[in-house]
Amino acid sequence: MEIRVQEAAFDLGGETAAFAARQDGMGAIVTFTGVVRDSGDLDAMEIEHYPGMTEKALRDIAEDARSRWNLGDILILHRYGRMAPQEMIMMVATAAPHRADAFQAAEFLMDFLKSRAPFWKKEITRAGAAWVAAKDADESALTRW
Amino acid sequence: MDVLYFAWVRERVGRPKDRVETQARTVMDLVEELRAREERYAAAFADLAALRVAVDQELTDFDAPLDGAREVAFFPPMTGG
Repeated sequence: MEIRVQEAAFDLGGETAAFAARQDGMGAIVTFTGVVRDSGDLDAMEIEHYPGMTEKALRDIAEDARSRWNLGDILILHRYGRMAPQEMIMMVATAAPHRADAFQAAEFLMDFLKSRAPFWKKEITRAGAAWVAAKDADESALTRW
Repeated sequence: MDVLYFAWVRERVGRPKDRVETQARTVMDLVEELRAREERYAAAFADLAALRVAVDQELTDFDAPLDGAREVAFFPPMTGG
């Protein structure tokens, strides 16, 4: 299990290849990548986090996933700081003997880290800066697990 | 204890952190003390439904006890991913 919180950009292909290379006996690897969506007038996205709690919350979410599915490994990589449109914000990777576990665990990780990991997004546009509001749908997504 | 603020809570309070000497028994007691400090704190803590709280880096509720807590953080609902 690997949890990384960093300001620097990451290499999705390199991270995925390195994750895959260290698996043994796994038949499925699923990755998800979150990208800064360009809504048309977005200059940048700024992500703030709570150092210390962030790593702990991500680790707890990953442990929870591991207790629910038959998984070989988990990677969670999440950036903070300023990002331009189309930059990658974060990725998760799951490895499992079979794909259903890898897919479900990846969805679970995403649902929980959206509203249980202490990150806050701020959108910078020509009109000004605004904190992104949490969506009710993100909170209700947790009840399906 | 250290009281931390993130995102728009930090912006409203005007600083990321306060070092607080308090006898507050619960998070809510601490909120009342902070609200009484200055207008910018009252503004930041006006609507508790819009806030979340963590005690010693664990999410909790406003009625949670503070016995021995070293760090309390206030912030809006999280928007990760």
